[in-house]
Amino acid sequence: MIEINNIQKTFGDKKVLHGISAVFEQGKTNMIIGASGTGKSVLLKTIVGLVPPDEGNVLFNGRDFYHSNRDEQKSIRREIGMLFQGSALFDSLTVAQNVQFPLDMLSTMEKDEKEERVRFCLERVGLSGSENKMPSEISGGMMKRVGIARAIVMNSQYLFCDEPNSGLDPNTSIVIDNLIQEITHEYNLTTVIVSHDMNSMMEIGEYILFMSEGKKVWDGTNDDVVHAESEILQKFIFSNKLMRKYKSNS
Amino acid sequence: MKSLGKYMIFLGRLVSNREPFRVYRKLFFEECILIGIDSLTIVVLVSVFIGAVMCLQTAFNLVSPIIPKYVISLVVRDMTLLEVAPTFTAIVFAGKVGSNIASTIGTMKITEQVDALEVMGINSASYLVLPKIMAGMFMYPILVILAGFLAILGGYIAGVLGGVITPDEYIYGIRSDFMQFSVTFSIVKAFVFSFLIVSISAYKGYFTDGGALEVGRASTKAVTNSCIAVLIADFFLAQFLV
Repeated sequence: MIEINNIQKTFGDKKVLHGISAVFEQGKTNMIIGASGTGKSVLLKTIVGLVPPDEGNVLFNGRDFYHSNRDEQKSIRREIGMLFQGSALFDSLTVAQNVQFPLDMLSTMEKDEKEERVRFCLERVGLSGSENKMPSEISGGMMKRVGIARAIVMNSQYLFCDEPNSGLDPNTSIVIDNLIQEITHEYNLTTVIVSHDMNSMMEIGEYILFMSEGKKVWDGTNDDVVHAESEILQKFIFSNKLMRKYKSNS
Repeated sequence: MKSLGKYMIFLGRLVSNREPFRVYRKLFFEECILIGIDSLTIVVLVSVFIGAVMCLQTAFNLVSPIIPKYVISLVVRDMTLLEVAPTFTAIVFAGKVGSNIASTIGTMKITEQVDALEVMGINSASYLVLPKIMAGMFMYPILVILAGFLAILGGYIAGVLGGVITPDEYIYGIRSDFMQFSVTFSIVKAFVFSFLIVSISAYKGYFTDGGALEVGRASTKAVTNSCIAVLIADFFLAQFLV
């Protein structure tokens, strides 16, 4: 479980996060949604420790990340896996080497064990046979899968995904969404996804936090979201025809 | 001043909370190839031709019956050891290696590869930059020694083939009034310049924000700032050591 309390962040004169608090439960796909420029990615980066907040704290199963010493922070970080918007694979390494990278850096496993673990993770994300390909030789969807494999290779407890569907076609988006949800349930992970994809939200968002202008506007489940009273949220969700059709049918 | 402070903090990050040395070993050798071996062609070409030109220009400007011919190679030797080998090669090195380091790290920064390292709990600055600095400081002095030898050889070839000096006169000039300290001075310069070029270029790349345009700008700034730093350091080293 991840608990964030009163997260505030200002860049220069602009306050981008206005005291956001939330609880992201274990075994659930938690989603942070909102329009572009509302501070979703900043909030995610604050949670994973890339952007320290001006105020507030982030608790990983009760361990306060920003008030821990360097070694404790390191041990928390080693339980974190993250899928980046552009996958962030290392260009000079093959698919297998990318997945093995955290093991090489952070584990004391033997070579055979590492290779077995990499094989398992790649198989889990449906990429067996692509071990020796370079990131430049694979599609966007495959890159996301490699990113997921790399995120889970260390038996992470927390999975963070920044816009996992960006740049993907609708079919591949669904495949990636389902993969993230399956992995979350299978390994009982605490997953936090930043997205503005309404399909993803309706498909896999078990807990939804809606942000607008750096503030938490609404939170709840995907069953409740369509009936939420917040005007900004309604405007955001039903900004496209498909969702309006969905609402009229339901 | 703000940039200088940021640069100092960046240098501090390279050694504080670094990864175990076993992690850097493989990276060090890879960087030695990238920084040193891959720079050989350009260093060889530049050194030989600069040495040749130095010899011919010196001969052209020393047309006097009272100045012996061996002075030509003496001038070539001293200019090579004191300036051409360490400083001129540093400018070439900044253009080739500095721009490569800045653009590589800059691209990693804008494509979130640096963030990926940080999320894993790896000190990205140390992991990416420290092996480059170590490899640069190991390989650049070797390149400087090679450049010095080749520049003097270039001068010999041009001088002898051009008929401006005989082989015996050239060798005599090379040996006469030789100060061993010139070699030490050259190596000290090589260590300082390589540190400045690699660290400044890495710093410029590491703090790149934006897109491809910014990576290009970072690469350009890496070369210009490295060259300026090398020239300033050259002046101060000359003040302190000569």
